Amino acid sequence: MISIQGKGVSTGIAAGPLYFFRRADLTVRDFKVEDRDAEWQRFKAAQAKAIEQLGELAEKARKEAGDEAAMLFETHQMMAEDLDYEEAIENGIREEGRNAESVVSDTGEQFAAMFAAMDDPYFQARSADVKDVSGRIVSILLGVVQGGIDSDVPVVLTADDLAPSETVQLDKSKILGFITSGGSGSSHTAILARTMGIPAVIGVGDQVKKEYEGREVIVDGGTGNIVVEPDEAARQTLMAKKEQLRKRQAMLEQLKGKPNVSKDGQSVRVYCNIGNPEDVHTVLENDGGGVGLFRSEFLYLECDDYPTEDYQFEAYKKVLTDMGDKEVVIRTLDIGADKQIGYFNLPKEENPAMGNRALRICLNRPEIFRTQLRALYRASAYGHLCIMFPMVTSVWEVREAKKLCEQVKKELTKEGIPYAEDVQLGIMIETPAAAVMSDRLAKEVDFFSCGTNDLTQYTLACDRQNNDLGRFFNPHHPAVLRLLKMVADNAHKNGIWVGICGELGADLTLTETFLSIGIDELSVSPRSVLPLRQKIREADVRQCREQILADLACDQTQI
Amino acid sequence: MKSFTYTITDPVGLHARPAGLLVKAIKEFAGSTITLAKGEKSVNALKLMGIMQMGIKQGDEVTVSVEGGDEEAVAAAVEKFFKENL
Repeated sequence: MISIQGKGVSTGIAAGPLYFFRRADLTVRDFKVEDRDAEWQRFKAAQAKAIEQLGELAEKARKEAGDEAAMLFETHQMMAEDLDYEEAIENGIREEGRNAESVVSDTGEQFAAMFAAMDDPYFQARSADVKDVSGRIVSILLGVVQGGIDSDVPVVLTADDLAPSETVQLDKSKILGFITSGGSGSSHTAILARTMGIPAVIGVGDQVKKEYEGREVIVDGGTGNIVVEPDEAARQTLMAKKEQLRKRQAMLEQLKGKPNVSKDGQSVRVYCNIGNPEDVHTVLENDGGGVGLFRSEFLYLECDDYPTEDYQFEAYKKVLTDMGDKEVVIRTLDIGADKQIGYFNLPKEENPAMGNRALRICLNRPEIFRTQLRALYRASAYGHLCIMFPMVTSVWEVREAKKLCEQVKKELTKEGIPYAEDVQLGIMIETPAAAVMSDRLAKEVDFFSCGTNDLTQYTLACDRQNNDLGRFFNPHHPAVLRLLKMVADNAHKNGIWVGICGELGADLTLTETFLSIGIDELSVSPRSVLPLRQKIREADVRQCREQILADLACDQTQI
Repeated sequence: MKSFTYTITDPVGLHARPAGLLVKAIKEFAGSTITLAKGEKSVNALKLMGIMQMGIKQGDEVTVSVEGGDEEAVAAAVEKFFKENL
């Protein structure tokens, strides 16, 4: 038995024979041709064939993975018939009299090198696309079929890494699992594996040796563990886990479309935390009821300068449009502390967690805040928007932020730009001050969302970045839970809703506690939605509420 | 010759997808030569990879010029395309 450790990127367990991806031998010989015109026609035929194949791949990708995936192949089609590319090839054949294979291969390399030399990482990555397109034309010219799986039984497929065109044309019924020596969690192979629900382990380097081909292998796409020729004990353990995972997944799938209601009829909204407009599809896939926290920081982190109003507007609009009529809570800029951005030129602080961050920066530099608020209100016309301010400690801060919102609305009205009238304004409760003042704050806003990560850090005076605090850093500390109850009570007294958007929201050992104190919304990572729904549906709040509240009032175990 | 300038608003700039859309749109005007310029560099707007290699980003100002054919009408149509897609 040989055990190999890689990085698991798509959960599940697969067992079967190990198979190495056959990449067609595209060794190209360079020689002179007699009939240059015929050679050019040979290229034109291969080019037409490539465009036809790419069209089929685009349709296949559209069915399997959507329009975005199809666009990739449509772009490849255009590259294949690009004028400069074609002209360079025509020169090589007509002027130099070289054979088509070698000209296409060289031209592909030249164009790839030009992209690779560009500053922008997006354009650099396009060099792989040009190579992929050229490789396709060359293989057509050589008359070789591009790599595939030449096996009658399904296999665990191993490769260095797979190009997008390679992954999409694989016969999926033959693939039990993926192993790649290179690649990243966002590589095409990883994305495809997750979309198809096939277990995958990447980054194994040269640990999977060619001589293992054909041997039995078990892949655990969750832990990243691979076992070649497993012994009986290992096989039994992994197969039992596989069965467990399968049952669990099947059960979770059944929960899609079901309400988040406890046995005794108490319902909670289960929303998702996202950091990027692209995350929306995982929200919908996991049946999230809305977005409870959209961290807007990514817009600022991915730019070299302050993102413009239009740039932000497009990103917010995309999320709102994609989410349809579901609620989307967008948190205004939350930088400082552990998230620093160069162009903000923030002075270095001794204790940044308690320094100039989040709403404090926005109120001190209203011109930055105004740009974001304008973008948000403009986007509000396209969906169901809620705006949330982070890091509040005082009532005046909220009033000042609301005043800026009013100004922005007035400006938009004057300019004749549409926005929604029913945008809810809320705040994060993540400082002890905000929790203690929640009775007053509740009169200012439409909702609260508790950021338990910071609330725990500030309440317990435990730095969340410090890994040595161990038992002192306890998010279940009664001080934190009592604050949450106080916040919930104050919210309800004032007729507003209260949610939790920190890590704690997905902590299933606290679900009954949250139901007991009457939390209205839990916002968790998309993958946590269904497990949380299951927990809620199994809970009976009538039975546990009294005990939980009594424990909170007088905790004997961990004072 | 008829020309106009335009500032790219698409957050990701003139990357593969919009560049592809642009080339597709330009192909409709076979009677005119349409050139895309940014600073010193310019490229025939029918050339996808050439456009991509200009690395045009959001906020960049580009000049589009139309030569031949019904210049007025073509320039107006191309400008409309830029406004709607880029």
